[in-house]
Amino acid sequence: MSTTADALHLQPHEAHGAEHHEDHKPSFFVRWFMSTNHKDIGTLYLIFAIFAGVIGGAISGIMRWELMEPGIQVLNRAWPIGAGTANFDEWTHHWNVLITAHALIMIFFTIMPAMMGGFGNWFVPLMIGAPDMAFPRMNNISFWLLVPSFILLLGSTMVSGGTGLGAGTGWTLYAPLSTSGSAGPSVDMVIFSMHLAGASSILGAINFITTIFNMRAPGMTLHKMPLFVWSVLVTAFLLLLALPVLAGAITMLLTDRNFGTAFFDASGGGNVVLYQHLFWFFGHPEVYIMVLPGFGMISQVVSTFSRKPVFGYLGMAYAMVAIGVIGFVVWAHHMFTTGMSVDEKMYFTAATMIIAVPTGVKIFSWIATMWGGSITFETPMLFAIGFIFLFTVGGVTGVVLANGGVDTYMQDTYYVVAHFHYVLSLGAIFSLFAGFYYWFPKMSGKMYNELLGKIHFFLMFIGVNIIFFPMHFLGLDGMPRRIPDYTPAFAHWNYIATVGYMITVVGVAVFFVNLFWSLAAGRQAAGNPWGEGATTLEWTLPSPPPFHQFSTLPRID
Amino acid sequence: MGLQTQVTPIGEEAAAFHDNWLLLLCAAISALVLVLLVIALFRFRRGANPVPSRNSHNTTIEVIWTLVPVLILVAIAIPSIRLLRHQYSPPPADLTVKVTGHQWYWSYDYPANGVTFDSYMLKEKNDPTRQPNQRFRTDVDGPPLLAVDQRVVIPQGKVVKFIVTADDVIHSFAVPAFWIKQDANPGQLHEAWVKVDRPGVYFGQCSELCGARHAFMPIAVEVVPPAEFAQWVASKGGHMAGATPAAQPSAAAPANASPAPGTPSVANRANQ
Repeated sequence: MSTTADALHLQPHEAHGAEHHEDHKPSFFVRWFMSTNHKDIGTLYLIFAIFAGVIGGAISGIMRWELMEPGIQVLNRAWPIGAGTANFDEWTHHWNVLITAHALIMIFFTIMPAMMGGFGNWFVPLMIGAPDMAFPRMNNISFWLLVPSFILLLGSTMVSGGTGLGAGTGWTLYAPLSTSGSAGPSVDMVIFSMHLAGASSILGAINFITTIFNMRAPGMTLHKMPLFVWSVLVTAFLLLLALPVLAGAITMLLTDRNFGTAFFDASGGGNVVLYQHLFWFFGHPEVYIMVLPGFGMISQVVSTFSRKPVFGYLGMAYAMVAIGVIGFVVWAHHMFTTGMSVDEKMYFTAATMIIAVPTGVKIFSWIATMWGGSITFETPMLFAIGFIFLFTVGGVTGVVLANGGVDTYMQDTYYVVAHFHYVLSLGAIFSLFAGFYYWFPKMSGKMYNELLGKIHFFLMFIGVNIIFFPMHFLGLDGMPRRIPDYTPAFAHWNYIATVGYMITVVGVAVFFVNLFWSLAAGRQAAGNPWGEGATTLEWTLPSPPPFHQFSTLPRID
Repeated sequence: MGLQTQVTPIGEEAAAFHDNWLLLLCAAISALVLVLLVIALFRFRRGANPVPSRNSHNTTIEVIWTLVPVLILVAIAIPSIRLLRHQYSPPPADLTVKVTGHQWYWSYDYPANGVTFDSYMLKEKNDPTRQPNQRFRTDVDGPPLLAVDQRVVIPQGKVVKFIVTADDVIHSFAVPAFWIKQDANPGQLHEAWVKVDRPGVYFGQCSELCGARHAFMPIAVEVVPPAEFAQWVASKGGHMAGATPAAQPSAAAPANASPAPGTPSVANRANQ
């Protein structure tokens, strides 16, 4: 807080002096390795998330390559699996390692760090008119806990996980496959990795809640906060309440594995389904953790490029609160086939369907925000429009899956894979790209290339739909998830999905060309490159913002 | 592209609920959102509407788009809850089969008939992991990765109760054409029931990740007329319930016994 006091003190003397003070940056090592600046930490998170996302995306490429046709044709190769001499069980174990790593990397090291760590850190203080986060040093350790966490996860693929190298348990780590079913240190490393990632997120969540509750600029009441800040606030509460449950569940896994306890072992009086209840009590809020900040970003983008305030602001904010609250009482719909009682199934069917109501409010409010607007179609808006439609498709298949009696058929088939990739790969990831293009000029001070951005959008939109829409058909045909080989009847749609992956990869390549070209040679961005529609506080600052902003707190009326 | 043809009463009810109601609703809602989006984007593009309205509230429409989805969900919930009630109200069982998942095969017990056997996937002729003395798959057995050496045989038109469990990790006993999928949890017994009126061979796969060869422990159920079922039981050294036991159940069923009398029909396999 001394920074703010100093700056306030300087203010009357000379504006130029204050500006100079605001932009004083520490040396390279101190700035990036001991950072306490929310924008620098946000940048670190974004770089980390992009790096992890490339690895996670490359893993899906290996999987699509393997699934392109029936038979085992990639897992038995020396490259890229490094398993040319292994036996058949090791090949198929490596498949399970791939699906596990893809999910964990995409969830814990790509989407969450990008949404909360990246955009949350960058823009929550800017949007509420705060000089920084409430606990800048804790912010730093939140980021730096993720690095050893990621190293543990990657390292787990190089030590034994039972049948072969790596943890082949699926990201859900179901006992007893993850306990008695996986000898060797690999699963222990994954558990420690999750512990660290969870601690990182809990610290981050505490930081966001404190910042949003205590550091809003004068006049910035809760009901005037931008919807992105609302989404981060709700997400932070979900993190704070859900992650300790995960930590407890995986700690019990750890003691079951190493210290002779039997929490999830029937032969010692435990219960294998108990683990699933604990896991999904965390796991279902987790899916909203991944998409709620995206909702917030889409609201900002749609409002900006429609040049209209968000329609039904209060409804939008409280719809997110409702989704967060209901998200905690629907977890067992992930477990409809575990043999639960009929009353449990009826309750979880009904409760799950209720989530469609606040989600519908959001979809319709976004369209109503556009209605009567003066819409332009810059790249962030294209991604936002794509998000709205594709999230709707993922949402309606969610209503199908919510029915416990119907889920008997769909559970653990490609229908579920299609559903959650529509809401995550096409929902969360599209909202991340919308946010990235929207805020790239603010963060870097450079404009991105609009043509390349549009090419990226259309390639990616077409590509991901070709990957994931046919998966609905595969699921209805009865193809199970998590299999490296399939009967020839499933070959047709699998081949098409792999073609879709190839198109998507080209789209992502265009994104990276755009990113590096714009950083190197992009046009200088104005403080507010988006015009009248961009009304939140970050656009009142220059691009990029000074190293320390809001030494004099803005006043909101 | 669509659900597999259903051959049980529950499957028929559920498939009709999915095809005639849920699927249409999905399509209608997606189409509605798409149409609204396209209209908004076209009518209110900057070229057509340079001055945006400042309108950001309309209580009536907000109430409508909250309440109408509630009504739609109620209209889904009623048949959905009814389906669950039917799934969980099995008629008295004519036959009980105990299903045990192992890494990586299934074993089946007919406690009233004294029949017990293991069921493994049949490997392809050219599969290098196949032992020389192992039977390989032929087209009569079924499609690749789905055909097994010994099928579960159940009588046509009878209520069959599957008691499902596992002895190592969690597996899942699933036959899509019967609309059943029951996780096989070690240390627990759960049940699923079927009544199949159409003879044939129906395939399923393990549906819970269970380790390296998760993809290679298929399920094949052969539904035959009751008389043929009795023959099959006898061929396995078992006896019909109520009849005098012909011989004590021998765990060592003939290794290369043909799984069932009659020519298997593969009409109901996946991807019709």
